[in-house]
Amino acid sequence: MTETQHTRSTTPTGLVALAWALVGLPLAYGLYQTISTASNLFTG
Amino acid sequence: MAVPSFLARERIIARPGFNRWLIPPAALAVHLCIGQAYATSVYKTALVADFDSSLTAIGIVFSIAIVMLGLSAALFGTWVDRNGPRAAMFVSACFWSVGFLVGAAGIATDQLWLLYLGYGVIGGIGLGIGYISPVSTLIKWFPDRPGLATGMAIMGFGGGALIATPLSRQLMGWYDPAYDGTAATVASGDAVAKLFVTLGLVYLVFMLFGAFIVRVPAEGWKPAGFDPSTVKAKALITTNSVSAANAIKTPQFWLLWVVLFCNVTAGIGILEQASPMIQDFFRENGTSTVAVAAAAGFVGLLSLFNMGGRFVWSSTSDYIGRKPIYMVYLGVGLVLYVLLATVGSTATWLFVILAALIISFYGGGFATAPAYLRDLFGTYQVGAIHGRLLTAWAAAGVAGPLIVNRVLDAQGTPGELVAGDYRPALFIMVGLLAVGFVANLLIKPVAAKWHEAKADAIFTDTTPETSAVR
Repeated sequence: MTETQHTRSTTPTGLVALAWALVGLPLAYGLYQTISTASNLFTG
Repeated sequence: MAVPSFLARERIIARPGFNRWLIPPAALAVHLCIGQAYATSVYKTALVADFDSSLTAIGIVFSIAIVMLGLSAALFGTWVDRNGPRAAMFVSACFWSVGFLVGAAGIATDQLWLLYLGYGVIGGIGLGIGYISPVSTLIKWFPDRPGLATGMAIMGFGGGALIATPLSRQLMGWYDPAYDGTAATVASGDAVAKLFVTLGLVYLVFMLFGAFIVRVPAEGWKPAGFDPSTVKAKALITTNSVSAANAIKTPQFWLLWVVLFCNVTAGIGILEQASPMIQDFFRENGTSTVAVAAAAGFVGLLSLFNMGGRFVWSSTSDYIGRKPIYMVYLGVGLVLYVLLATVGSTATWLFVILAALIISFYGGGFATAPAYLRDLFGTYQVGAIHGRLLTAWAAAGVAGPLIVNRVLDAQGTPGELVAGDYRPALFIMVGLLAVGFVANLLIKPVAAKWHEAKADAIFTDTTPETSAVR
């Protein structure tokens, strides 16, 4: 069984987007905070 | 050991048309949580003050957790492979969360042993099971890009610290208004206990979300346009299966164990000492030209490269191969370490670039290991084999800091050290990387005598016809 045999996705796109948002948003928060701290290396 | 039916592998076999891009966020939901283990330094001082203890006594909590990670990954790897990712993620979430709650009880009642038992032992078991829980599933969903897939998940482990560090500071600030998040103030034990309860509950929900959405591919599934014969054509990649019990009898497993041990030990050498190290490298007449805030920025930068290296280098390994990428990690890493020891103190920018690249290779070494195992031993029990390999991490977690701390203790007093005092430790790391480089060179395809008969490789690669699909 390959995806070519079942080209129509049965997974709601909204669920995929929600799942990525749930992990992406905290990660973005962490990245932003860490880059802010790391910038002290060049300004501190 | 049987698991409740709602956790069973048979209940989470994907329907035809399932979108495999739902699997990386499921894996990330677990790894972003357990990656908190790298953020323990944020409340270390508060715990030292609360328990009226030493940094060493508190640091043991982290060491116990890492040792338990290695042991539980090795012991429960086969169970994880047999019962599937949902059961593993569920169990990991329970252990990780209960670990925080028991740890919180230890802090609240001033019982250090409870903190060791909670965060160290119970939480450490959650770490080990959680770390390996999505690995073999990702490899099966992404047979065309195993390095990318495991890189994404294991990047999450690095990313977990990026989230937990600032989040913990903010939460401790809410629970203890006198704490402002800077080194000038220390959070109360009560605030750390409340932080532990909060993290334990939040992580439980988040990890259960991962367990809820994870699926395993149906028997024979492969992505559109993927031709397994193109993968087989590459050197060192097998389509055969080797069991976990047999894998540990092969020289390839132990050579890779040495590779991982050397790479991790060398990386920890810098990570462990990052903040004081950059200040010591640029100390003139007893005063460092690098401010404390800038040193904290350096630690943050290393975290970014640790995380980024996991994704970038592991993904790159899909194109250039696993053995060549480890030659880069170890060979180029060795050269970078020599440069760090000899000319690293000539300019801050040079020191930062060298250290950042070394740490990116450290992260890359972690993230590429599962795909290397898949290449050598097949997908049959790759999760269990990966679990056994992680004992190298546990050993390196003890050896790395021990080497650096022993050398520095012999060189002088903390706060008065200079670049030259680090050279013996750095050259020991160079030697370790050389050993790892040779070990990687010696890795050859696994002998046919270790391959499973095709019909025996059943419990992860085939699915009963009557299984329910989700």
